[in-house]
Amino acid sequence: MRRSLTLVLLAGVLLAIVPYLGLPAFYESVLYLIFHWVALATSWNILSGYSGYFSFGHGAFYGIGMYTTATLTSQFDVPFLWTLPVAAAFAALFGIVLGAVSFRVKAVRGELFALLTLAATFVVATIVLNVPLIDGGQGVYLSAVPMPDFGPSPSGTFYLLALGAAVGTLVIALLIYYARFGTGLFAIHDDEDVAEVLGVPTFKYKVAAFGLSCALAGVVGGIQAMFVSYVTTGDVFTVAMPLTVVLMSVLGGTRHWLGPAVGALVITLLLYSFTAGDSAVIGKVAMGVILIVVILFMPEGILGQALKRFGRKPQDRAARASKSQDRAGQASKSRDHAAQASLPPSAINQQLEAAEAGTDSVPASPRPEDAAVGLADAAPAAPGRRAAASGSSEVLLVAKDVAKSFRGVRALKGVNLSVYRGEILGLLGPNGSGKSTFINVVSGHFPATAGSIVFKGNELVGKDAHLVARCGISRTYQIPRPFAHLSVLENVALPAMFGGQLTERRQAEEDAWQWLEFTGLAGRAHALPDDLNLHQRKFLEFARALAAKPELLMLDEVLSGLTPSEIDEAVALIHRIREQGTTILFVEHVMRAVMALCDRIVVFDQGLVLAEGEPQHVMSRPEVVSAYLGKPIEDEHAANVSGVHAHA
Amino acid sequence: MTLPSSTLLAQSILAGIFTGALYGLLGLGLSLSWGMLRQINLAHFALAFLGAYLTYQLASYGGVDPMLTLLMIVPLFFVFGIAVHWVLSHFKVTPFNSLLITFGLTIIIEAVLQWIWTADYRRLESSYAEHRYRVGELFLPLPELITLGLSVGIAVAAWLVLKRSDIGKALRAAAEDAPIAAAFGINQRALALLLSGLNAALAGIAGVCIALSYTLAPSQIYTWIGVVFAAVMLGGLGRPMGPLIAGCIIGVSEAVTMAVASPSLAPLVSFSLLILVLLVRPGRA
Repeated sequence: MRRSLTLVLLAGVLLAIVPYLGLPAFYESVLYLIFHWVALATSWNILSGYSGYFSFGHGAFYGIGMYTTATLTSQFDVPFLWTLPVAAAFAALFGIVLGAVSFRVKAVRGELFALLTLAATFVVATIVLNVPLIDGGQGVYLSAVPMPDFGPSPSGTFYLLALGAAVGTLVIALLIYYARFGTGLFAIHDDEDVAEVLGVPTFKYKVAAFGLSCALAGVVGGIQAMFVSYVTTGDVFTVAMPLTVVLMSVLGGTRHWLGPAVGALVITLLLYSFTAGDSAVIGKVAMGVILIVVILFMPEGILGQALKRFGRKPQDRAARASKSQDRAGQASKSRDHAAQASLPPSAINQQLEAAEAGTDSVPASPRPEDAAVGLADAAPAAPGRRAAASGSSEVLLVAKDVAKSFRGVRALKGVNLSVYRGEILGLLGPNGSGKSTFINVVSGHFPATAGSIVFKGNELVGKDAHLVARCGISRTYQIPRPFAHLSVLENVALPAMFGGQLTERRQAEEDAWQWLEFTGLAGRAHALPDDLNLHQRKFLEFARALAAKPELLMLDEVLSGLTPSEIDEAVALIHRIREQGTTILFVEHVMRAVMALCDRIVVFDQGLVLAEGEPQHVMSRPEVVSAYLGKPIEDEHAANVSGVHAHA
Repeated sequence: MTLPSSTLLAQSILAGIFTGALYGLLGLGLSLSWGMLRQINLAHFALAFLGAYLTYQLASYGGVDPMLTLLMIVPLFFVFGIAVHWVLSHFKVTPFNSLLITFGLTIIIEAVLQWIWTADYRRLESSYAEHRYRVGELFLPLPELITLGLSVGIAVAAWLVLKRSDIGKALRAAAEDAPIAAAFGINQRALALLLSGLNAALAGIAGVCIALSYTLAPSQIYTWIGVVFAAVMLGGLGRPMGPLIAGCIIGVSEAVTMAVASPSLAPLVSFSLLILVLLVRPGRA
């Protein structure tokens, strides 16, 4: 990142010398156009490329900037340079208001957002056209407005202004790209709901990115107003302008900070060379053909494609990974043996609690080695399992009368339950009984209709999902929902950057390696989630949920679809997770795993808690059996429930 | 702001309905391809103008009756629509990229129009424009009546086909979930090709109507995009009667705004309406 930043600034300084070389003004005007489009396309990309919310309203913000400068200079005699920050402010204000309204509506995504912003352009244009102070239908002449003369010539001054705008925009785009902000935006691009649940403040980020993008467009507009010196609504608020910006960004590649600049350079040069050659029609056709060919054959854009082919592969890290994976593999093998051979997990849990009591707090360490050490110590003290299970009487989470309705369907009708610190609580019940809904409500994925959920003294109902994540709750999804465009490593690093911990990127990636080793995915760290099989994707869900270092981990049917041996692996993994002091809420249909893992279970039926208590005890109660299997079979039910997959 | 006379008001409402019928006709193909094929076909507008220019050429220089040009335009555009869809489906293009690709197509068609017919304004002089009927104090020009008739007729036909016929049911099933529909024996690919061919033909028909009532220029392609998209969204994607009804609402509200306030305020009404609908009932899409 340092290097890129230095390069951009260096290029800026070098290009700033051009007007002093005494070249013909022609070069300055071509370069002005290039900088103009680079700044516009890059500013558009900050919201639209990074987060995937394609705005077709860039013309509106650019136009607001133009008219702000035009009105202030011509009507109020404000010096030109002073109008630029005002132009930025007005454009940003409009963007923030538009964003704050439209991002509140969850369904306004993708095409609808594009259309909404396009419509906003026409509304702004109509208002501008009809307000005499701003335009009033006549257009605004700026030829009489004095121009600052810090450049060697008037065209040189414009050149320097546009260069400044382009470099400034690129630097901002670059800084965001490498910052936590950028990571959050890319996560929003891939799966906004999951990003929010992992702790990304999606609403805030979208509005901020939109405001920034608009402000930059406003500045470029202000400069352009002065450059063209005659502003009309017909020329400013067009459909073609945002479409051109989209075209440039997509052509260059929207997933990289430099992509739009590359696209802008190519398109501007192309158009210019054709208009200069007096064959504008051919230029247009070429532009259309290029757009079509690029989208069909290189959907990642010119730069995206080039980076894929020639970019430096993270080999060094991969090598390191496989080496350390070997190490971890050995460690984890021995650990598994220990865990499965003689050690009931609750004993370790107890041990950990004892340690906690002694040292005030044991940080949930990502290092499996530490856990292994703890394990060895705990080995002798391992008697009664259930006794230790609810050994902790500290309540971590209390749900009171939690209800959730989807229009007419009442999925939860008033659930009351408590989760104790350190336990594995199984949530059971037939399909449709409300288990997954409960997890969705606790994690903030769905807002609760009524009731209260208190976690460590904090009320969760009514909180945005990312705030719930910050409290120390994380979850997995029943159907894995990884961020498709982020590598496995980045997927796992993200929750550490946004969850309860808010660690820096470098540290987060460092930790992510530990979690990948923990779940056996280190060898695939640089793969994309699409290249993983189901088993690995489920473990990626695990790793991602763990990376947030949650106090409460909610697992939503993590075992479904896995083979028996994969289930064994997962069960061992869950044991290991709990060994680190994490409390687990576990929704599962695979009874073998439930019986092996859970200290306590709660059975849901039709949106209510049907039964609660120790697994063996609860599963033999007649109402539970009948909820699962229909009518109880005389005398056999007790035997039946213990070892059977109870898919209702 | 004085209230206009009732005659003027009635005439503007009528004018709004006529414009709305054209919005509806243009929007129908767009809505069907967006709603049922998940393709946002920006080239629909360019295609309509290509049709309009062809009609202009054949009628002005070939002496062909403008309505007869349909016989050539409809099959020609049908084939063109199939070709475009074949490319889009071959590359499994996402809805958003379909928008960008058809934008590329729009640029190319616009350039071709500009190359052949120049950027100057063109107007079709035909006998149709001279016919106008008088009902009470209201004037009903023939070209607009033809547009209204075609628009209503085609929308009703499309509605009936989708609602009642087996092909229509198969189309709706394929729109809902293409792989599942295919698993139940629906030839989804053939249906999609058929539908996109018909959509392109619809653009051609709308083009003939544009040629009958409007002045043509290549840059005009873009002036229709916003308002027709508004009609499509207001009408609900994939609903055949939607664009017509929404188009008429927009057309009338625009025409009344023009009569009561100022012509330059007209877009404010339709686009504020669209923004409101998007924010309040985004589920329609």
